[in-house]
Amino acid sequence: MFLYSLTFYLFSSVAVLSALMVISAKNPVHSVLFLILSFVNASGLFVLLGAEFLAMILVVVYVGAVAVLFLFVVMMLDINFVKLREGFLQYLPFGALLGIVLVIELGILFLTDRSSNIYNNQTPLQPIVNEVENTKMIGQILYTEYFYLFQICGIILLVAMIGSITLTLRDKGGVKRQNIDSQNTVDASTAIEKKKVKIGEGI
Amino acid sequence: MTYDILITGLIIIAQILAVVVPVLISVAFLVYAERKVLALIQLRRGPNIVGPFGILQSFADALKLITKENIIPSGSNKIVFILAPIITMVLSLAGWAVIPFAPGWVVSDINVGIMYLFAVSSLGVYGIIMAGWASNSQYPFLGALRSAAQMVSYEVSIGFVIITVLLCVGSLNLSKIVLAQQTVWFAIPLLPMFIIFFISALAETNRLPFDLPEDESTLVAGFFTEYSSASFVLFFLGEYASMILMSSMTVILFLGGWLPPFDIYPLNVVPGVIWFTVKVIFILFLFIWVRGTFPRYRYDQLMRLGWKVFLPFSLFWVVATSGFLVYFEMLPN
Repeated sequence: MFLYSLTFYLFSSVAVLSALMVISAKNPVHSVLFLILSFVNASGLFVLLGAEFLAMILVVVYVGAVAVLFLFVVMMLDINFVKLREGFLQYLPFGALLGIVLVIELGILFLTDRSSNIYNNQTPLQPIVNEVENTKMIGQILYTEYFYLFQICGIILLVAMIGSITLTLRDKGGVKRQNIDSQNTVDASTAIEKKKVKIGEGI
Repeated sequence: MTYDILITGLIIIAQILAVVVPVLISVAFLVYAERKVLALIQLRRGPNIVGPFGILQSFADALKLITKENIIPSGSNKIVFILAPIITMVLSLAGWAVIPFAPGWVVSDINVGIMYLFAVSSLGVYGIIMAGWASNSQYPFLGALRSAAQMVSYEVSIGFVIITVLLCVGSLNLSKIVLAQQTVWFAIPLLPMFIIFFISALAETNRLPFDLPEDESTLVAGFFTEYSSASFVLFFLGEYASMILMSSMTVILFLGGWLPPFDIYPLNVVPGVIWFTVKVIFILFLFIWVRGTFPRYRYDQLMRLGWKVFLPFSLFWVVATSGFLVYFEMLPN
């Protein structure tokens, strides 16, 4: 029990601190690295809740793929740090407004509905041991009850993928492309051409 | 109460040491074996001075490297520069937590073992990207960019290969994956997937013929050009430890883990851990054999192989396997 609370506070405090560092770090690459740390700690919290499949998916998809490409892009950007600081005061009111709205909403949520048992549940966070693995439980509900929503998500992703390909793919003329099949089918009869060259004339 | 916590903590630390120390020792012998096998392929003698048959060569090299001066380039981003090799090393050791060496011989027998391994191996790219960026130098940066694109590409087909195996097992637990192979090892019915997984494992661990991130003939030493001494040793150890990890993953997914080839008398009295080790050594030998045989791929050929050959083929094989299992009603459970 003690170990569970210890790990919970470890994961949650590191997650919150690294989230703070994401917005306060001067170097954008450091920001992305702190974002990754925050993701990893969030997946640790999922493990503590007993949602190990979600935790692993979070690491594989967000940390292993999305954040890699994100880091890739941020590293390639030519960023002027002085210019980046200039806009800070200009955007401050807007950011502060968003923050205040969020805090008020959270406050309303926690203050109004204190009677429901979600918030009064005092049992400490610990893995829930089920007979059925939660991977199976997710599969059973995702492919039956939420089947259409799941398919729609897939279609949205497909549309986004086709959209980004059509936006970036430009077929410029004059690009030499390698045709692997034609290279592999080459043999001595097609690769070598014999010519009779007359002396003093060339080809 | 506190006494119990102390005991639990000590047991956990003992288990971790019982896995990590043999892994590190086997890394040293793997480096020696690689140099010896490559020497035999190229008709040389290889290391033969330090200890009998040169068997202590790796330990001598490690000592030499650690006692050298650790140079941190003045233009580098120091914290990230030091963090990168540590992350590589830690991630290559973290995956061992879920590997079952024999029935019950596993530090943490979690339900999503294979997902955990997949997640840890996909995180391995961070050590390389961070090293390349923090060095603030052209060659390491090019190496890091190559590595990022390469590892993301090959993870996709590794994911599909894992899905095919999971379809035949019905569980993500590594011990259950091994036990599902009691009748036949998955390498036989899923032979094409086994080959794709092995080649993708070569790309994932940055081994020849896919070692473009460190490509010494064009990028000096790739992402660890600026590293020296102990931080270089960490990269080196990390690379070989993740090589052994990927080999164990191959053995568990396709070669029946700790199971003997046939469940008959003289074979099934041999302890499971011996079978596991023999199979891992066989896969590691394949890694070294490939290195000694094939020339390095060109970068566009590497990308073509990943996206245009492996991805469509493994996707097709996932559909074919699930269709087969449903039609013949062989789905697990």
